[in-house]
Amino acid sequence: MSVLTRKSLAIETVRKDFPILDTLVNGHDLVYLDNGATSQKPEAVLGAMDIYWRFTNANVHRGVHHLSRRSTQAFDLARERVQVLLNARSLKEIIFTAGCTASINLVAQTWGRANLKPGDEILISTMEHHSNIVPWQIIAEQVGAIVKVIPITDSGEIDLGVYEGLLSERTKIVGLVHVSNSLGTINPVAEMIRMAHRFGAKVLIDGAQAAPHLRLDVQALDADFYTLSCHKMYAPTGVGVLFGKQALLEEMPPYQGGGDMIHTVSFERTTYAELPFKFEAGTPNIAGVVGLGAAIDYLGYLGAKLLDQPEAGLAERLDACFAWIEEREGELTRYGTAMLSEVSGLTLTGTATQKAGILAFTLDCAHPHDVGTVLDNEGIAVRTGHHCCMPLMRRLGVPATTRASLGLYNTKEEIDRLAAGVRRVQELFG
Amino acid sequence: MNTELRELYQEVILDHNRHPRNRGKLEEPTGFAEGHNPLCGDNIRVYLQMDGETVQDVRFEGAGCAISTASASLMTEAIKGKTLQQVESVFHEFQEMVTATGEAADHPDLGDLEVFGGVREYPVRIKCATLPWHTLNAALKGADTKVSTE
Repeated sequence: MSVLTRKSLAIETVRKDFPILDTLVNGHDLVYLDNGATSQKPEAVLGAMDIYWRFTNANVHRGVHHLSRRSTQAFDLARERVQVLLNARSLKEIIFTAGCTASINLVAQTWGRANLKPGDEILISTMEHHSNIVPWQIIAEQVGAIVKVIPITDSGEIDLGVYEGLLSERTKIVGLVHVSNSLGTINPVAEMIRMAHRFGAKVLIDGAQAAPHLRLDVQALDADFYTLSCHKMYAPTGVGVLFGKQALLEEMPPYQGGGDMIHTVSFERTTYAELPFKFEAGTPNIAGVVGLGAAIDYLGYLGAKLLDQPEAGLAERLDACFAWIEEREGELTRYGTAMLSEVSGLTLTGTATQKAGILAFTLDCAHPHDVGTVLDNEGIAVRTGHHCCMPLMRRLGVPATTRASLGLYNTKEEIDRLAAGVRRVQELFG
Repeated sequence: MNTELRELYQEVILDHNRHPRNRGKLEEPTGFAEGHNPLCGDNIRVYLQMDGETVQDVRFEGAGCAISTASASLMTEAIKGKTLQQVESVFHEFQEMVTATGEAADHPDLGDLEVFGGVREYPVRIKCATLPWHTLNAALKGADTKVSTE
């Protein structure tokens, strides 16, 4: 990242923006390390949603009255924020959905139905979340296509040579996770998209775990589709984003029919609305989208504090914010890796050279479920289980792992508490 | 460590987790079932050798947390030599104990299994304790089916 950040942020000040971090759990200060499941929300997001409900609430895109205009304005502003976040070429390329899962299903069912033929191949990787596996299995069964799987190495990386060997003229779409939710691996998606495009295949990138950690640029990646899970990036639950290249979205048939997605309706013939509305049937999650806009603004606000230029636009502010996040979380990941590696009988799951925000492990002496219960007793929130990646767990040869996942507000002291908690597990079960 | 956690992980449970009893398989069981808890990935296989109405032998295999492993281990000890009717009554009392919300009732048939009383403070862990029992239940029904089809 070429941004020069001249200041740093006092982490204690940033933490004060997230009221839930003050919670006491079993008499201990909460250590929230389950950001991969969902992140906490800053006051700015909570406030924006509260203000929306109290002073703005009305349906969007249809009323001529004052509140409806204001509501529509707030809704549209959020789309502009997302365009900057993703560096999309046009607002028409930003579709609001109910979540990342909904975004992937939308592509599988519309692009897939229109373009996949019997014998065509859909390529996904071993480290996909169930939400980037099952929608492809469903469409494959419907149209007679075949789902093929890119294997991974023991460290949790994709071997590009192996990937290239799986690509062929039969490959029609590649579904790939940008950052693995179980391993933290950052996949070389730009290179993988280039390789897929050489065979004429389209690529969908599942960015659920990338968006909270990395500065995104769908144009630089040349991604055909990119999906977001907004509650993992400090926004509320129930909102997702689908980015799609305009030319592709134009050609795709609509997903769900209903209000807001039509141009005219008659019993003889219905014409559909322009992008992005063609894919937004029904009343959207307006308050949630407003919360998403506020979350992006919050990241921009952190960026503004880092920059010395008050006139900097949102894009530059986000550049600065994500440069800070990447540096901070990178340092914490390295620190956590070192701390946990010292624990005997602990095996780290996912040791890719390029990682973002995930410390996953297994212990010889205790099952992840027991680890999670003991850590919870110490006020430490982690996720235990298969993390919606059952095929990956099978590949790793473990039924489950314990996963600590970082957010922008985590600290070294919290990593120390995690390491101490893991040692307490050992005392109990060793 | 607070009292609830000590209640959950009692010495007997930790011991049975470290050294599970009756672990392994039976070559020609009269009943068999596989249990799975998709939430945590725990899986267990229960092998039964019935002699008429009596549990002559029982073994289990699988990977699970301390609670489910110890529960399976203590279950096998508790039911060996018992009649179907006795097993059912123990299962009933066990379920009642781990899910009880009010005043703890008397459980005359539970014996060592009372160590799982602490599980009721941890709602997400109740399934860990009951998984072996549900699997046993399925194995018992399988035994019936096998008997009737042969």
